[in-house]
Amino acid sequence: MIWNEARECMSRDEMTAMQSARLVKLVNRVYHNVEFYRKKMQYLGIEPGDIKGIEDISKLPFTTKDDLRDNYPFGLLAVPHSEIVRVHASSGTTGKATVVSYTRKDIEVWQECVARVLAMCGVTREDKVQIAYGYGLFTGGLGLHYGVENLGAMAIPISTGNTKRLVTLMKDFEVTAIACTPSYLLHIAEMIQDEKIIDDIKLKVAICGAEPWTENMRNEIEKSLRINAHDIYGLSEVVGPGVAADCIHHKGLHVYEDHYYPEIVDADTLKPIPEGEVGELVFTTLTKEGMPLIRYRTKDLTSINYSLCECGRTLTRISRFKGRSDDMLIIRGVNVFPSQIEAALLEMGETKPHYLMIVDRVNNLDTLEILVEVEEKFFADEIKELESLTKRIAHTIHNAIGINAKVKLVEPKTLERSMGKSKRVIDKRNIE
Amino acid sequence: MFLKQLSVFIENREGRLERVSEALSNENINIIFLSLADTNEYGLLRMIVSNPEKAKEVLRNAGFSAILTDVVAVNLPHEVGKLKNMLGAISNNGINVEYMYSILSGMKSGALAIKTSDNEKTYKLLKENGFELLKSEQVYNEDN
Repeated sequence: MIWNEARECMSRDEMTAMQSARLVKLVNRVYHNVEFYRKKMQYLGIEPGDIKGIEDISKLPFTTKDDLRDNYPFGLLAVPHSEIVRVHASSGTTGKATVVSYTRKDIEVWQECVARVLAMCGVTREDKVQIAYGYGLFTGGLGLHYGVENLGAMAIPISTGNTKRLVTLMKDFEVTAIACTPSYLLHIAEMIQDEKIIDDIKLKVAICGAEPWTENMRNEIEKSLRINAHDIYGLSEVVGPGVAADCIHHKGLHVYEDHYYPEIVDADTLKPIPEGEVGELVFTTLTKEGMPLIRYRTKDLTSINYSLCECGRTLTRISRFKGRSDDMLIIRGVNVFPSQIEAALLEMGETKPHYLMIVDRVNNLDTLEILVEVEEKFFADEIKELESLTKRIAHTIHNAIGINAKVKLVEPKTLERSMGKSKRVIDKRNIE
Repeated sequence: MFLKQLSVFIENREGRLERVSEALSNENINIIFLSLADTNEYGLLRMIVSNPEKAKEVLRNAGFSAILTDVVAVNLPHEVGKLKNMLGAISNNGINVEYMYSILSGMKSGALAIKTSDNEKTYKLLKENGFELLKSEQVYNEDN
């Protein structure tokens, strides 16, 4: 089903006209209300009047995660604080989180887009949807939740952490849809197989996102649970889940470009890249009120496809993600930057720590092991002190990135150093 | 009054212990006693060596984390109950033994290296209770 046919199936001309009108308004709004954007535009010698339509977007400056950090927490607001009804936050590259603020209208647009995704995946008001994303500052839980309620289906805020209970309720409630990370769904599928209750499960569709996955993983999920699995994409800086998702044809993710305008640029030169070629995805939030973003660099690598899809939607499509142009990792759906680990370890000692992150996937769950060189300032002659050091490091890292890591102490100078700089990450998961 | 114990962090994998002994032997340092506390992933090697200061530098230069710690060395005759008496003298005064290992053993007596929650007080208590405490020169000679 198409949730909003007027928007999802409009002609290219209509879409361009709508995007143009929205961009002109947006530029006026940020120029007059956000000092950061005004200064950036003045520096480039651009005035709002120079932006007459969507084709002028390349005249505008880019925005980066560092800009968000520099304006932490509310420096990029385009409305008074009293207009903000919610905030979410995600990992920053260092200690500070990336904070995103929403007006009532922003929440409405978000839940509209999530409802479009759910309808595209075949979810209706008859369905019962388990939302197995974390609720809280992370956008996954509440983002899907509001979308499910907006659609009129039954939202079951199961969250994460207790797979046994999730599976029991899935069976008892006759749950028909689930939203979670694809790796977690594989883990759930294993438990269902182990308990031999697949015939008692009424699940028919999964909306999976928050981490990159492959066609193979999708096939495995679909086969083991006898369902359809869809890919949902989003990032909190732009809004959260529901920026794009794939339809039943699985030939790329439809972008809700009436709200979130996508561009693909060369990650080095920042020049536009032709349709079909891989580059960095950039978003402009055409309708956002609280914290609009102009040409936000997602660091996600993908390509764009303007050809028409068999499903009837005219919305442009982005391909499955090809990786990142920075060193961000997604572990159990959580964004993790090696620099966060470094900052956390730095807090514990005075000199720069040497560490190695080993990311793996065991029984479909991501694992993070951190090897830390035991320098003399850490070292003690008692086992109990070394054990407590291990715990302290694990605790500090958990505080910094929000996920549990196994900490292993290793001898000094044993971690590989290349070009004088340590290799920080080994990712053994095969998600290419 | 204390012995200098050399503590070294080694990963629990093949060849590491050998590497420590190699580094020390290359510099003509003798390992007189050693004790190895092991966990799943790493070991803590505690040694009494000839020339502890030099040994520490040698191991540091070889890339190991090494520190020197004071331990109390006490000689106990081979008589039933002596160990119990010695430990009682410590624990009755609220002192906890962190670790302990045997460093000398003869026909008539054996010696222990002890690290407690309060080494100074331990030394004093053992002396007051008539236990024979060993000096470093009785165990190692720094000129060696």
